[in-house]
Amino acid sequence: MDYSKILSKKAEGLKPSGIRKYFDIAAKMDNVISLGVGEPDFRTPWAVRREAIKTLERGKTIYTANPGLMSLRKVISEYTEEKTGVKYDPDGEIIVTVGGSEAIDLTVRAIVEPGDEVIIPEPSFVCYKPIVELTGGVPVIIETREEDMFRLRAEDLKNAITDKTKLLILPYPNNPTGAVMPKKELSEIAEVLENTNIMILTDEIYSELTYGHKHFSVISLPGMKERCIYVNGFSKTFAMTGWRLGYMCGPREILKHALKIHQFGIMSSPTVSQYAAIEALKSCSEDVENMRAEYDMRRRLLVDGFNKLGLRCFEPEGAFYVFPCVSSTGLSSDEFCEKLLYSKKVAVVPGTAFGDCGEGYIRVSYAYSRKHLLTALEKIGEFIEEIRTGK
Amino acid sequence: MDMLIKLLRTNARISDSELAVMLGTTEEEVRSRIKELEDKGIIKGYSTVFDEEFVSRDYVRAIIELKVTPKAQVGYDEIAKEIAQYSEVESVYLVSGGYDLSVMLRCHSLKEVSDYVAQRLATIDGVVSTTTHFFLQKYKESGIMLIDEDEDERVMQ
Repeated sequence: MDYSKILSKKAEGLKPSGIRKYFDIAAKMDNVISLGVGEPDFRTPWAVRREAIKTLERGKTIYTANPGLMSLRKVISEYTEEKTGVKYDPDGEIIVTVGGSEAIDLTVRAIVEPGDEVIIPEPSFVCYKPIVELTGGVPVIIETREEDMFRLRAEDLKNAITDKTKLLILPYPNNPTGAVMPKKELSEIAEVLENTNIMILTDEIYSELTYGHKHFSVISLPGMKERCIYVNGFSKTFAMTGWRLGYMCGPREILKHALKIHQFGIMSSPTVSQYAAIEALKSCSEDVENMRAEYDMRRRLLVDGFNKLGLRCFEPEGAFYVFPCVSSTGLSSDEFCEKLLYSKKVAVVPGTAFGDCGEGYIRVSYAYSRKHLLTALEKIGEFIEEIRTGK
Repeated sequence: MDMLIKLLRTNARISDSELAVMLGTTEEEVRSRIKELEDKGIIKGYSTVFDEEFVSRDYVRAIIELKVTPKAQVGYDEIAKEIAQYSEVESVYLVSGGYDLSVMLRCHSLKEVSDYVAQRLATIDGVVSTTTHFFLQKYKESGIMLIDEDEDERVMQ
């Protein structure tokens, strides 16, 4: 078989995630101290796991309605209203998806035509660009900068808009930078989009993991509900990555069509996960608060640790990553990560995995115990000392 | 709960500077808060959680359930205080339910535990009955897991 003639050019043309390379190297080494994961180290709260067990015991193992259990959609609606002040109708304005990722995919596929431009601020999560490319859309990258706290500037957005722009992706709180978009900056973005026909995909999967300030959603601004597809999920907030459950809320006219794609591609999201998720939204706010408090302390430890090592570290206000600058070592992000892995067995991800403008930075996850983080910091310290003394 | 207390509860040896970083405050502030907690008697002491197997193979620990007839005026306090005097006694709690006092003991041998219970506890005026439970295995103590956690199977994403 000549597979090169069989494969779709689009699939072939997709670049593998920049994280993959380090995972492959690390997987072949023993005793690697990883700081590379993108999921919580906490277990899913017991109440949620118990609910899943009960669901299995009752034999509830059939498909649910395509958009998800109505009981879950109702709770999502209430929870979202409580957090954002915006009410979505469980009947038609909410779809329960296989993780936030599927919600992103559905949104892009429901909206983007070949040639349409999709504005993506970078550095950001690795999936947006490839998903846009698969639909034939054209990713238009806006590079965010450390001096702007990695926030999307209204001015930059204005300059990126053309008559082909269809969608803006707003990935805040941000993976990998930990940046957040406060109300003032979001209002400026909203103002730029006023009187346009551009939609926003607001990916707020880290909404409950913010430090110092409560998260503010763009959908809470006047008139923005109709312009936004709001994506959230259970993975990060409730430490439920493996349950594969997220959701999207948005205008009925769009979700009606996104639901067809979901129906044909997925049918319905995992049933056991859906029952368990109801419990998560209803009774786990204290678990979430405890996790958030622990992340916050780790965040401070790392920011302080990197700054003390002479690696300037932007203070993140959300998610569970820090994004220190390594350019003072004279190494590129990629060189830094590779050398660190080979010489100290510490695995971090180069900023470039999240866009070209991530050059000069590394992503360090703090979804690890404090002890683990301090050990890793010590090793990174030794590594930097060796570079500086030319060993 | 107060974050400082929460942190000290599971590790009293974290340095003041590390505490200050984690809590987003200064070392001086941490020091003065700890001193205040000590002065007020909110912090009663600092102890270390050992894997007893390595420290002292020849220790035996037990929980004794005591049923007690409370005395007029002083209730359970007098008996509880008397029991608390013994150096073998690690903790004494007044509890609700089927018995009254829960006494945790640490002795050198089974014989020493049984002697202590028979000769010291059972003979105290007002003690109606005793039930002794020996510790077999410790899984978690003072919020610290004493069993090996599962290996980290998460992959880089």
